[in-house]
Amino acid sequence: MARVSMKIALAAALALSVAGCAKKKVEELPPPPAPAPPPPAPEPAPPPPPSGPTPGSRADFVAQAGTDTVYFDTDMYDLSADDEATLTKQAAWLAKYPNVTVTIEGHCDERGTREYNLALGDRRANAAKNFLANAGVAASRLSVISYGKERPIATGSDEASWAQNRRAVTVVPN
Amino acid sequence: MKPSRLLALLLMLVVAPAIRAQAPEAAPAAAGPSRLVVDVTGGISQPMPIAIPGMATPAVADTPAGDTAALGLRVADVVTNDLKNSGLFNPLPKSALQTVGYSQMSTPEYPFWIQTGAQALVQGFVQLNGDGTLTVGCYLYDVFAKSELTRQGYVVPAAQWRQAAHKCADMIYTRLTGEGPYFNSRVVYVSETGPKLNRIKRLAYMDQDGANHRFLTNGQTIVLTPRFAPNQQSIVYMSYAGNRARVYVYDMGTGKQRLVVDQPHMTFSPRFSPDGKYVIFSMAIGGNTDIYRTIAGGGGALERLTTSPAIDTGASYSPDGSRIVFESDRSGTQQLYVMNADGSNQNRISFGAGRYGSAAWSPRGDLIAFTRIGGGFNVGVMGVDGSNARILTNGWQDEGPSWSPNGRVIMYFRTGQGSGKADLWSVDLTGVNERPVPTPLDGSDPSWGPLLP
Repeated sequence: MARVSMKIALAAALALSVAGCAKKKVEELPPPPAPAPPPPAPEPAPPPPPSGPTPGSRADFVAQAGTDTVYFDTDMYDLSADDEATLTKQAAWLAKYPNVTVTIEGHCDERGTREYNLALGDRRANAAKNFLANAGVAASRLSVISYGKERPIATGSDEASWAQNRRAVTVVPN
Repeated sequence: MKPSRLLALLLMLVVAPAIRAQAPEAAPAAAGPSRLVVDVTGGISQPMPIAIPGMATPAVADTPAGDTAALGLRVADVVTNDLKNSGLFNPLPKSALQTVGYSQMSTPEYPFWIQTGAQALVQGFVQLNGDGTLTVGCYLYDVFAKSELTRQGYVVPAAQWRQAAHKCADMIYTRLTGEGPYFNSRVVYVSETGPKLNRIKRLAYMDQDGANHRFLTNGQTIVLTPRFAPNQQSIVYMSYAGNRARVYVYDMGTGKQRLVVDQPHMTFSPRFSPDGKYVIFSMAIGGNTDIYRTIAGGGGALERLTTSPAIDTGASYSPDGSRIVFESDRSGTQQLYVMNADGSNQNRISFGAGRYGSAAWSPRGDLIAFTRIGGGFNVGVMGVDGSNARILTNGWQDEGPSWSPNGRVIMYFRTGQGSGKADLWSVDLTGVNERPVPTPLDGSDPSWGPLLP
């Protein structure tokens, strides 16, 4: 009996993982469009009351700040006016939820050597962190991690993809 | 598991009395001047034709690795493959060879070998010893001079027969090229698989020819830039274990991993000092990356070697441990610098077009390999003062050079445009002999260890 249920569990897990894979693939198939905001941003804005994401959640953060990501030029780590506007909104959200701590991930495009990109990703994450700290978020709530070129979000080897991958992402815990 | 000292028993060939009795006929020539030399400097020299027939056995006997007759053929295959991959030899096809018996070991049938076009001939044997070890005998002959050039015997546990074959190949290579040996060595690298958005990375190591492949980590966390300790008993690398980016040492004997420094900052880009006492690495504090040194065994103080507000990383020791090459963007772009091992006297050495990074100091001391980022990513070499820089590879994205133990071959990784798939490649100093290194999955961040004992 144990064996049978194990089999069922296995089959279920398999089906789940297959479904998961298939879903991901579909998302990847069309070449990523222009630097669109990440997934769960409800575009049409029905007034917040009952239908919106849970207040204080990651989805809420993304919805309120517009995006969790800021982008950088090649080999650069300074923030553009757009980036600062985004981070200002992120800071406002973080002020509303003072118990939330976040991790800021720094990323690079593939056109840099591995170790240099780790250092560059750290610069980018810190650029975002410093802005948030200056905007009033306690530094103790902001940790950074650099992934260098290890975790791209756009798969192409072209300027459009690289532009999407040169980023700092403010990650609110799920 | 650990490379035992047993396998290192290297003997002058006193183990086969029957052969020794025959040896004197051929012996005198070994000391005489032979002109049989492979040119290793020329750009496009002709590889030397060499005959490597299957090795004989005095008596067919079973071993855990197969019987000695079968092993004799496999040893010859390993030697053939090593010499061919060096780009300096052109082993004759099997169809051009004839079987060599044990009794012919020191009396080659020169008339036959001359008509094959071979300039050099390798003969050998595999013998099972009473204690279960193998003796692999290896003889090198100058076909035109009809003389023996050198011979050696290797006693190894049966499971390590490939190491004896690599040693035989190293003996031939060093005798005919004048270069140091490198075939009996291993490579640690990052095995990669999975889609570009979520590559699975595992530490792995293997013989330099891809044999005896082993995985060391399970791929649950990203691992990067592994480097062998000089004694090859441990590997220093960077891991994202616990969602933090830090440098660890992996102990080959116990399989345990240990944090090198416990700091609240990212540590990365580690390397051992040539004496194995220190690890140099980079640490990023608030966006500023500098190079540090600490005791490899742990528990020691941190010594900061660079202080610029720029990115200083990719440090690599000179073989005598007195100097360090590294990369810095303190001038505005990534460039190479050399400093003393204590951090003093930092001087820029790269001034060519483009950016330069991921430097590796040759174990011979005379050259520094680098990645140049110009129109593309290419691996090249320059003098330690930055002179005579030249590019050796021509992929879309080649990076991360690591030197063979003799400083004549460079292994690196090549990433494909679009696919993001990376593979290991090697190139020799001429830039002519560029070839893929076989791995079971994809591969990156190779680190070529020193010659095995």
